[in-house]
Amino acid sequence: MSVKKVLTGNHAVSYGAMVSRVQVISAYPITPQTQVVELLSEMVADGLLKAIFVNVESEHSAMSACVSASAAGARAFTATSAQGLALMHEMLHWAAGDRLPIVLADINRAMAPPWTIWTDQNDSLSQRDTGWMQVYVESNQEAFDSIILAYKVAEQIYLPCMVVLDAFVLSHTSEPIEIYDQEKIDEFLPPYKPMVTIEPGKPIGYGALAGPDTYMEFRYKMQKAMEKAVSVFEKEGKLFGEMFGRTYDLVEPYMLDDAEYVIVTVGAVTSTARVAIQELRKKGEKVGLLKLRVVRPFPFEKLRNILKGKKKVAIIDRNISFGHHGIFYEEIKSALYPLQDRPIVYGYIAGLGGRDVTVGDIIGIYEDMKKRETLDEAIWRGVKL
Amino acid sequence: MIEIRTHGRGGQGAVVASKILADAAFRIGKYAQSFPQFGVERRGAPVVAFTRIAESSNELPVRSNIYEPDHIMVLDPTLLSLPDTFSGLKEGGWVIINTPSPPEALDIPTKYKVATVDASEIAVKYGLGSKAQPIVNTAILGAFAKILEHVIPLAAIIESIPEEVPTKPDANQKACEEAYHLTQIRI
Repeated sequence: MSVKKVLTGNHAVSYGAMVSRVQVISAYPITPQTQVVELLSEMVADGLLKAIFVNVESEHSAMSACVSASAAGARAFTATSAQGLALMHEMLHWAAGDRLPIVLADINRAMAPPWTIWTDQNDSLSQRDTGWMQVYVESNQEAFDSIILAYKVAEQIYLPCMVVLDAFVLSHTSEPIEIYDQEKIDEFLPPYKPMVTIEPGKPIGYGALAGPDTYMEFRYKMQKAMEKAVSVFEKEGKLFGEMFGRTYDLVEPYMLDDAEYVIVTVGAVTSTARVAIQELRKKGEKVGLLKLRVVRPFPFEKLRNILKGKKKVAIIDRNISFGHHGIFYEEIKSALYPLQDRPIVYGYIAGLGGRDVTVGDIIGIYEDMKKRETLDEAIWRGVKL
Repeated sequence: MIEIRTHGRGGQGAVVASKILADAAFRIGKYAQSFPQFGVERRGAPVVAFTRIAESSNELPVRSNIYEPDHIMVLDPTLLSLPDTFSGLKEGGWVIINTPSPPEALDIPTKYKVATVDASEIAVKYGLGSKAQPIVNTAILGAFAKILEHVIPLAAIIESIPEEVPTKPDANQKACEEAYHLTQIRI
């Protein structure tokens, strides 16, 4: 029987890992992630979760331990934030290049300096090109569900997956979540059966030297796996809905059918944007919301199908690529370029380093987009100058 | 939807108070969200925590801070002099204060309703925290239940206490109940 509990986002992630029956957890504490692995270590110590918890001296070692465990056939899990994720960087490439379906929860925390613990997306987006899939969630329920889904997809296409949630806005917020019946979860997510494993007495090479005559094919296959992941996410998200009542896709439209204007969000700001859309709709504004959930693989076709023919699109980026613009703005704008009837796209930078993004801020962005006539880029909101 | 802002000082248990409210609201079939004001908690420094309580999950999706609360809880009377404490409080809202003074002795504008209880003394009596730094969160929730029983009844709060306060649950429940009976109000 499923149970409902009031949990923080961090603990929702711990429960997600527990019900996914992870077998090896290796992590190093960092605010605001620490509670994720703190609870998991208790679950292991109390015998609720049959797993090995490997204490390490750094995040680089945490990912190294996960790589080894996954290569040996174990379902491996870790969690981190910001500088911790940055320190993992080399081993993130290793996990993806070795085609290991590790799942990592990143509690989105802005990069220092100046020193900070609050949320933005620059930590995870700095790892965008490591070959990891990336899923951004808007609620604690979605965080819990996405851990289970991440393993289900990762273990089919042999690429690791990062589940990303906003620091504090989700990680430290308590709200009710439903934890499904374990038997049903086991049915959805059976034990990991890898194609090959390293075993004592049966030596094989992982990540050995690949010369110019073979390296490129490894990269091509990774790209093909990513492309395939689009349909796997879609298929498993549907099945998840049939089994547990919550369907997930790579993108999620909200009040978009008759909308002329669209706001695009990624992460927890989506929830607040829903309220802004409701208020604008009450005033008769033809505006809708598009939530981008899976960022890698990037859902080109879905975005084009939903956004074609719309008048204007405002993308809210809680990140910045210095010297360029908001990262999702650039990615979505380029995805729309092949369309004949592509909308005008504006990019808004908001909420960096945990700056609060309110319903009023989002309504302000909508009003700005609607009246703006010049083709401006990287429009900053809420900067005190 | 009802929005409550809790003001305390690091170590008094403001964040846990807001979590107990959310858990208790959930127990009686409501939907709730609670979160701290994302600070770096330091003992003695002002701390703010937020709770949203709604009849349906559809009312809840806002994920920004609470700027116009319906009610506030103040765990340390010295916080009453900070301008941020009353910021945005709606007219007719309750101000629930941990203080030995009766409501009439406090200089709270008449557009607000006032409830007071000496949560510090009750906490010390039940051995919660130290005499110098009592943990008053469960006691102040007794006052909350007294005046906002229709939002969350005392029984639900009492039931939630062991979930969020694993140490001394009995003493915390007793402190909450005693505060409920000792709360004084000014409407």
